[in-house]
Amino acid sequence: MKTQPRGLLYLDIAAFAAVAFATYMVFGYAPVERVMGLVQKVFYFHVAAGWVGMLGYLAAVVAGVAYLVTRKHNWDLVGLGAIEIGLVFMLINIVTGSIWARPIWNTWWTWDPRLTTATIMELVYVAYLMLRGGLEDPERRARFGAVYAIIGFISVPLTFFSIRIYRTIHPLVIGGSDPTANGSFSMTPAMGQTFAVSLVAFSFLFAALLWHRIRLGQLAHQVEQQRMRLTQ
Amino acid sequence: MNAYLRTLGAVVWKDLAAEWRSRELISSMGVFALLVIFIFNFALDLDPKTRSSVMSGVLWATFIFSGTLGLNRSMAIEKDRGCLDGLLLAPVDRTAIYFGKALANMIFILAIAAIVLPVCFILYGVNLFNPGLLLVILLGVEGYVAVGTLLAAMAVQTRTRDILLPILLFPVAIPVLVAAVKASSGFLAAIPMEEITPWLNLLLVFDVVFTAAAFMVFDYIVEE
Repeated sequence: MKTQPRGLLYLDIAAFAAVAFATYMVFGYAPVERVMGLVQKVFYFHVAAGWVGMLGYLAAVVAGVAYLVTRKHNWDLVGLGAIEIGLVFMLINIVTGSIWARPIWNTWWTWDPRLTTATIMELVYVAYLMLRGGLEDPERRARFGAVYAIIGFISVPLTFFSIRIYRTIHPLVIGGSDPTANGSFSMTPAMGQTFAVSLVAFSFLFAALLWHRIRLGQLAHQVEQQRMRLTQ
Repeated sequence: MNAYLRTLGAVVWKDLAAEWRSRELISSMGVFALLVIFIFNFALDLDPKTRSSVMSGVLWATFIFSGTLGLNRSMAIEKDRGCLDGLLLAPVDRTAIYFGKALANMIFILAIAAIVLPVCFILYGVNLFNPGLLLVILLGVEGYVAVGTLLAAMAVQTRTRDILLPILLFPVAIPVLVAAVKASSGFLAAIPMEEITPWLNLLLVFDVVFTAAAFMVFDYIVEE
């Protein structure tokens, strides 16, 4: 059994320190937003969690294609780990979004393209896990998982545009300001810095979690092989 | 190319002939579709005022639900009787098998539509024989079947196959449902064409993207 690699330990420390620093910046450095008040502070981790969610889903598609091409078991572990992490962070994104929406839009939920797409993505990737749960042969599980990750990801932009043709009230974070958007605000430099640090911190967290998840998968694979050898 | 089309045609012909002899699929899908319409009638209280606005939603929900039934069954038949293995052993391009199955599934769902539309016309007096609506049905069913046949081929190989297909298929098929419902109600309400065009374009994009994607990954689903 291999011990934990050095690099992973450093990454853990870096991720922990970065998230702690980002938390400090959110509460101690970034100014309170003038109109929305304290609740706006949820923004930093709300967007960062959504970013990690998207990163996870994107990594899963890349891993899916790589698996189908190379047939290396490790790519399946990357895909599965990325989707599990993506699911958790997308859920954090949706929940924090609801917490923000309640005082600002006066509703927990609205059928806006981003909200709806994020939720449908959750359903797609829950279906992904259920598909894997229904398959025993590891090779087929990996193959079907890769195909479904690709199909699911292709549908995401289509879902987004299909709902976008309705009007949206969700503010755009990057680029363009929609006058109909509700609850948008202009960032001061301090807010921008806090936002950037949050994104970086969550990216480190994603990398650390994914690495841990891949290692866990590899160890589980080894245990499985040892058990097979013993029972034979 | 000719051999490819012959293979495709043979798969479609096989499905239609089997269906003609057993009449399992069309009858169960048809009865199910009528039951869905009746359930909607009482669940939504389809009085003349609300009828026109929700009619397209009722139609599409009926197609989607009875379509799932058909997709599941058409693949389960292949799996249960070992026909799929026989098909895969044949020295032909496997995507021809996919397109054959998809085309047969499409014919079944369109047959259900051909039953449902007159029934709705009789029950509710909404004129559904609108060329625009028929075009939307054709495009929507194509997209739904393109991704549905692929996912059914996957679901049928799992332990939980009957319950898994809708869970896999519905979240992916949401764009086609949204666009088809919007375009259908647009045609039924006779709103200006430029308001319907975005939905038709979206349907077309969905059809092209998912037919191409399924074409590319089908080999990975059936290889052993």
